[in-house]
Amino acid sequence: MVDSSVVLHGQTLAYTLYSLAILSLMGWFGYKITRQGKEHKAKDGLFYAFVTMLVILGVSLHIVTYNTIPWAEMDLNRANIKADKVFEISVEKHQFHLPSEKLVVKCNDKVLFNVTSKDLTYGFGLFRQDNSMLFQMQVVPGHKNDILWQFDKPGVYTIRSTEYSGPEGYNMVIKDAVVVKCGE
Amino acid sequence: MKFIETLMKGEEGVFKPDTLTRMQKMTLRFVVIGLFYYAFAVIEGMIMRIYEIQPIPGLETKQFFAIMTAHPLVGIFGSTYSIVFGAFLFLVPFLMGKPLWSIKLGNWTCWLIAGGTMIFWLSGFITHYAPLYTLYWPLPADFTQFSVIGGTFFITGIALVMLGTVFFVINIFKTITFTPDGWEKQPKASLLKSALGITAVANLFRSKKKEQLVSLPVAAIAQGTVDVAFNAAIILFTGVLILVYMVSALFGVDLKSTAVDALLYKNWFWWGLDLVADGLVLIFVAGTWYLLATLITGKKLYMEKVARIALLVELVVSWTVWSHHLLSDQAQPGYLKVVSGELVTAFELITQGLAFFITLTTLWSARPLKMTNPLKFLLGGLLGFALAVPAGIMQADIGLNRILHNTQWVIGPHVHVAVLVGLAMTLYSAIYFLLPILTNGAKIYSQKLANFHFWAQLLGGVGMGAFMGMAGLQGMLRRSLYVNGEFNLYMILAAVCGTFLLLGFLTFFYNIVMTVGLNGVIGIFKPSKLKTEELLQK
Repeated sequence: MVDSSVVLHGQTLAYTLYSLAILSLMGWFGYKITRQGKEHKAKDGLFYAFVTMLVILGVSLHIVTYNTIPWAEMDLNRANIKADKVFEISVEKHQFHLPSEKLVVKCNDKVLFNVTSKDLTYGFGLFRQDNSMLFQMQVVPGHKNDILWQFDKPGVYTIRSTEYSGPEGYNMVIKDAVVVKCGE
Repeated sequence: MKFIETLMKGEEGVFKPDTLTRMQKMTLRFVVIGLFYYAFAVIEGMIMRIYEIQPIPGLETKQFFAIMTAHPLVGIFGSTYSIVFGAFLFLVPFLMGKPLWSIKLGNWTCWLIAGGTMIFWLSGFITHYAPLYTLYWPLPADFTQFSVIGGTFFITGIALVMLGTVFFVINIFKTITFTPDGWEKQPKASLLKSALGITAVANLFRSKKKEQLVSLPVAAIAQGTVDVAFNAAIILFTGVLILVYMVSALFGVDLKSTAVDALLYKNWFWWGLDLVADGLVLIFVAGTWYLLATLITGKKLYMEKVARIALLVELVVSWTVWSHHLLSDQAQPGYLKVVSGELVTAFELITQGLAFFITLTTLWSARPLKMTNPLKFLLGGLLGFALAVPAGIMQADIGLNRILHNTQWVIGPHVHVAVLVGLAMTLYSAIYFLLPILTNGAKIYSQKLANFHFWAQLLGGVGMGAFMGMAGLQGMLRRSLYVNGEFNLYMILAAVCGTFLLLGFLTFFYNIVMTVGLNGVIGIFKPSKLKTEELLQK
């Protein structure tokens, strides 16, 4: 499965290019608007072409991501996919309770993290050694909160609560809790 | 001596508060209170910016999160609601050429919002009540973490703001539909249909088009006000629910918090809360852009008929997009994520894109335009939403949300750029435009300071959002703290940009005080000597 950092890089590039384009456009517009020009009404065709472009952009974004971001389809269909490994995790009083000290995962296994909250709404996220996020989900009390993930390279990940649950919540970090091993 | 004289009497002594009508004074009070709370929000924002770099000695973590709780509420209700409600209570009668239905009710709105905001801010400041604005159940009723009394006052403050909001809603719709004394009977139903966009849609299917009885900006205000009403109802209901738990706790009765389904509550609350971010703000902003574009150019709005329909589409869309806040909630049904969270949400790109295009085209048709303060701030506002809306659409995607939800990306390039660049600069444009009308021709103290305000707001807002976004893409969460300096490079740069925002506001504030003078500011709060209900002195 493509690493989520690759997706993030793609997004960063796309949004940066868009930002530069819109900043340039507004700068140009601000300059030109104060200059003499022919007074004319914009052609209706231009307007409707712009509307069509917005519709295509709005819809195609989700189609493109659904077909290129590997976890999107897996996430929506996770009830029908058999996990290779399941970790039952509970959360209470701002503490994660893991089934073992380290959660060891084999490369390319589909792993289900099933997290249950016994009191508040929390978050559950895995973070790389450089603090960047691999994935996250919300953990709502009284409901099933599960996420299926496939790890395709070795690594060590930190678990962190990704939702505010009170002033103590930011301490909900378990360093190097998930270990992914390949080729053993 | 000249400085002291200007400070006291305003630039060239032009502003005379005694000449103001009751309506002018009411509107200016809203603006002053809104700016007062904007200052609160900016200072709180800077405290948080510094705290994200290095915890400030003497400021407890609990206090930090209490500030984080109060900050958006002060910014939205205390500041934005005050300025927007004040402006619209003036503009609706101004554009319709009739008096406001009730100036008294307008003043009640002003004081309820001002008082309610102070109450919830103080209770958060003193007792550290900090469930954040999201109030995810059962956090607001978790009395092992928060003071019951503090929470009771906090929720009461919010309820007072909502009561003032309900008064605003009544005043707006009554003003649109009522018949002033001595007037010919007004067609209530037709006025309402025109205001709510029903006439615009019906005209699509009529060969003989019906005349619109209200102008497009009034229609935008009315339709945004529908979302204001729904939002107030949801927040009031939720507040009552939380208060029931709090009052019970005060009497020693522990209501089991699991009686409320946390996910259902989250859906319910986000449905209402999202009517602000994805409803009334976008509709009000679009309406304000249209109004400003026509006032600045003196031209008819480009594609007005389409703009009217787009507003109604935006209103309906705003009722159906809440699920994009729950894309990371695994128990949320998949169809809600796809339909409400992704597909309907994408319509906001279309409706806001239309408003952007229509406004720019209207301005373009009137070239050459003088780069006045209203025009330059309007362009800044347009740019803000052009940056922030696509950033939001990107995170409203099932795939991308998995790695963006609750990161600084959400709160930086999306929320803060929308609020500080898009919304705030649109409001500043309106303030600069309305200032001479509301003050009977007060002369701005310094154009250089106004220019500095523009650039500081623009660069500070875009820069802060960008650096927060970069941190978010590197994994930095919002609503959290990093005490080991993990993201300090981005946080320092964001704080530098935040300093620009603070300096920009201080410059604006100083410029306005020097324009109207301290005597003028005090005079705004004294009762008007003119008993007329007219908007402006004849």
